[in-house]
Amino acid sequence: MHPVLKLLVQRISLGLLLLFAASILIFVGTQILPGDVAQNILGQGATPETLANLRAELGLNDPPLTRYLNWLFAAMQGDLGTALTNGQDIATSMGKRLGNTLFLAVCAAIIAVPLAIVLGLIAVRYQGRWPDRVISGVTLATVSVPEFLLGYIAIFVLSVQFRVFPSLSTVYDGMPFLDRMNAIALPAIVLVLVVLGHMMRMTRAAILNVMQSAYVETAELKGLRKFTIIARHALPNAVAPVVNVVMLNLAYLVVGVVVVEVVFVYPGMGQYLVDHVSKRDVPVVQACGLVFAAVYIGLNLVADIVSILSNPRLRHPK
Amino acid sequence: MSDVLLEVKDLKIEATAYPPGEPPQDITIVEGVSFAVDKGKVLGLIGESGAGKSTIGLSAMAYGRGGVRITGGEVMVNGRDILQIGSAGLRGLRGKEVTYVAQSAAAAFNPAKKLMEQVIEATLHHKLMTKEEAEARAISLFDQLGLPKPETIGNRYPHQVSGGQLQRVMTAMALCPKPDLVIFDEPTTALDVTTQIDVLAAIKKAIRDTGVSALYITHDLAVVAQIADDIMVLQSGQMVEYGTTDHIINSPTEEYTQALVSVRSVKHVEQTSGAPVLSVNGITARYKGTKFDVLKDVTVDLPEGQTLAIVGESGSGKSTLARVITGLLPPSDGEILFDGRTLAPDFEKRTRDDLREIQMIYQMADTAMNPRQTIGTIIGRPLEFYFGLRGAEKRKRVQELLDDIEMGEGFIDRYPAELSGGQKQRVCIARALAAKPRMIICDEVTSALDPLVAAGILKLLLNLQKRENVAYLFITHDLATVRAIADSIAVMYQGRVVRYGNKTEVLSPPFDDYTDLLLSSVPEMELGWLERTIANRKMEAAGN
Amino acid sequence: MMRIPFAAMLGLFFTGVYFFMAIFAGWIAPYGMAEVVGDSWEPWSWAHPLGTDSIGRDLLSRMIWGGQTTIFVATMGTILSFTLGSVLGFIAAVRGGWIDQLLSRLVDLMMSIPSLISALVVLSVMPVTLPILIIVMGVLDATRVFRLSRAVAVDITVMDYVEAARLRGEKQLWIIFREILPNALSPLIAEMGLRFIFMVLFISTLSFLGLGVQPPMADWGGIVKENKDAIVYGVPAALVPAFAIASLAISVNLVADWVLNRTTSLKGGRG
Repeated sequence: MHPVLKLLVQRISLGLLLLFAASILIFVGTQILPGDVAQNILGQGATPETLANLRAELGLNDPPLTRYLNWLFAAMQGDLGTALTNGQDIATSMGKRLGNTLFLAVCAAIIAVPLAIVLGLIAVRYQGRWPDRVISGVTLATVSVPEFLLGYIAIFVLSVQFRVFPSLSTVYDGMPFLDRMNAIALPAIVLVLVVLGHMMRMTRAAILNVMQSAYVETAELKGLRKFTIIARHALPNAVAPVVNVVMLNLAYLVVGVVVVEVVFVYPGMGQYLVDHVSKRDVPVVQACGLVFAAVYIGLNLVADIVSILSNPRLRHPK
Repeated sequence: MSDVLLEVKDLKIEATAYPPGEPPQDITIVEGVSFAVDKGKVLGLIGESGAGKSTIGLSAMAYGRGGVRITGGEVMVNGRDILQIGSAGLRGLRGKEVTYVAQSAAAAFNPAKKLMEQVIEATLHHKLMTKEEAEARAISLFDQLGLPKPETIGNRYPHQVSGGQLQRVMTAMALCPKPDLVIFDEPTTALDVTTQIDVLAAIKKAIRDTGVSALYITHDLAVVAQIADDIMVLQSGQMVEYGTTDHIINSPTEEYTQALVSVRSVKHVEQTSGAPVLSVNGITARYKGTKFDVLKDVTVDLPEGQTLAIVGESGSGKSTLARVITGLLPPSDGEILFDGRTLAPDFEKRTRDDLREIQMIYQMADTAMNPRQTIGTIIGRPLEFYFGLRGAEKRKRVQELLDDIEMGEGFIDRYPAELSGGQKQRVCIARALAAKPRMIICDEVTSALDPLVAAGILKLLLNLQKRENVAYLFITHDLATVRAIADSIAVMYQGRVVRYGNKTEVLSPPFDDYTDLLLSSVPEMELGWLERTIANRKMEAAGN
Repeated sequence: MMRIPFAAMLGLFFTGVYFFMAIFAGWIAPYGMAEVVGDSWEPWSWAHPLGTDSIGRDLLSRMIWGGQTTIFVATMGTILSFTLGSVLGFIAAVRGGWIDQLLSRLVDLMMSIPSLISALVVLSVMPVTLPILIIVMGVLDATRVFRLSRAVAVDITVMDYVEAARLRGEKQLWIIFREILPNALSPLIAEMGLRFIFMVLFISTLSFLGLGVQPPMADWGGIVKENKDAIVYGVPAALVPAFAIASLAISVNLVADWVLNRTTSLKGGRG
């Protein structure tokens, strides 16, 4: 087997293994930690009977291993169980929300990724001079600011002072595309700001690293133009680290989305998760946790695969 | 028209230093250097690390590496001052009139591109030939430089060829655009000695065949003597001596040059063997998780108070032998006898006294000392640990040891970062001596040092040996060092001892094939050595 | 002889001010933490320099009390994550073998789920109290400290001077405390600043989501949550704590950057 193929198979199996382990962790985190789930759901005033009923209903009387396996097999078949609070099928209610979240995240990514790379390139091109300093300073600030602050500043400026975009992101089925874009404009802008700083700084570092290598000097001593050097010698080698940076930050975006959805009351996965954590609706929390973990692990896996594929040593073995 | 191709006048080069906690300062790294290279001639630039020789070499392309600036003088190439021709003019010069061969070809090639594409890139960029012509020229250069499969080697990626081959490909890359001048920046330093001679011969032949001029930068005078017409000796960015190769090698006038030429003249009268303090018996060893024996059935003795040199190239297993003896790598077979008794294979199982008896000195003194400890702590710790010395008593003994290594007052409270490379290595010697060991393993202790400093260290080690009657297991790849200090020698090749005995015995014919190759590959400080050796080898090959 | 750059000076100053206010909140705050002193969302005035909040409490007092909670929780979380992460990281690096494998794989696993998500999952079944919050955040964040300190320590353990100490017969504790720790300290201290910022953001985010510090106790994230509805009326009460969080984070960041630069320039020093 070609070594690259072998490595890919290895990485993908490792990713699946990790996801499996993560499912155990999520299950253990919600089921076996001190604190009785039934007690927590019903509060201190619950009678012993209602507690016992709820325990039976949740299957809390089964041994933990049985409960875990039941949950896992059902989840693998697409059955994520029913919510405690309203008895609805979790997979169904989650489907639409997952779509909304992905739509928002993809919109943010489409803006953030090229912007971060271009800003990173500019910072490298003018390294140490004012464009680099300005970009680095501004991004340092956005990195230090919590997501919800960015959210409220955006609301305060863009929807209260200037009334450009709505402060609440209401979306519904069959909504016209432009209306939908208008509705998610603010959360998308905030998400872009959230990931831009990290992504740009890491891109800058990755490209700088490549620009300092000896083969760039060789190219310079061949009399090549700076632009030719960057395009022909630096970029092919910078692809892997930059893609890696992008993927890591998209994974970061997955977390940012939770807070941003709450700020803008956007009907997505994050909002769904936070709501049900407060309601202590364990099956929903488990399901959401699993989905978030899967997305996160998946993005990291893609980053891994890209860096394997772009490594000439692996592509052209001795 | 004059024959002068490159003329450098009164060159001054500055750089900016960033000392911690202080504002940046401009420092002068080269000053008042002038020289000229005629068409078809080779000038050797020689000096220790930090002498500014690479910086001067790159000035012929008006290139400053990492913040280095040429701030004064003239650099005339083909009759014009290239410091005045602007960046567009420089782009026309670089890769066309002047080209460059770097020390580490492995880093200087773009890992993502095929060799051929990189070799002909400058030629095509400057529109000197068509793609077909350039490729044909590259292939003929590959052939001239003795590369295997010259037609197809260009289709490979850099990581698919060996270091010695890559260095030759880089030479082909520099020669492809038919430049007037090539700068060779330590092109053979990173190579093993048996590979170095072939690359050196290939470079010399290519220079002669193409009639190009060259600047050849190296720290090894014996190497440059083989290839240069003129030599300039540099020290701390200033010229020391400049003349023909014959003059520099055979009748140097400056004291510094004389020292460089005679640097390998540390003398030691060989002792005949005594009772062994250490016996290595049939050691076979491999690293955990590998299936390959790095050492195969190695047996050697180290006589009391004498020096056994372990010689070999990288990968021969000589450093692994040190790890087995110290107990860092327990062998899979065989045993280590110390004073006639068997040592525990794992150092953690050895007694404190066993550990004390065998001390170690490392190649990189920098990483062998904790940067956060003072010299006093570093040397004092073995005294405290093995002999329970404390306070004033300990301090007195540390000072005695510092005197022994010829470092006087005032060092005891300093930190390693404040010392020079040679001083650091001396402190490591003192730390080893502090344990009052019966034997010291010296792992390439002089190979990171400049020749003059290295000679000082060797002399010190010999003096200490006489006084303390300590035995050395001296690991090195450098035969000149071996000649200087060994009593007995073991030559290692691919994990085996291929030759072992007294120094004179090992270094006298008849030789086995490998020792012959190794010994004849070490450049000697005399003109014409390279041609003679290559001719001898051809004759032998024809004879067989 | 040590010169502090302006940016680091600024960072040190503001960090100092915030910590001072947190420690002496009881003496500085004009009103009690939950004392209702006026109408809801009164504008800025001499009596209430930052106005009042959603139910008429003095916002400045609440900010000071809230800062105390936020900084306390973040500090405790940082201490926990640092102790746990660095001790385990050093042990993994020095011992190697199965201990290293076990700890490293466990950390890989924990880091395969974003920490906010992990925290939410755990908090869905645990009572939300300050000790629980500190433990959850500390343990989750210890994974990052573990990776850093293990990496730093591994770099140091392969140094010849550590090998020399081992071959001398030194005990493990000597090696950790005398050979490794002094050389690992500076990068770890710089990282401590970054971890503290992360803790401030983490606890504020949790409180903002309603899953952190519970009312009537104040903390900055919670104050944002209580006052966020006023934003659409143009009352900036919710932005005040948010700015406090951001400025504290930036200040500490400036200090950490400076510490880190100092270490790298030390490394690049003579020799």
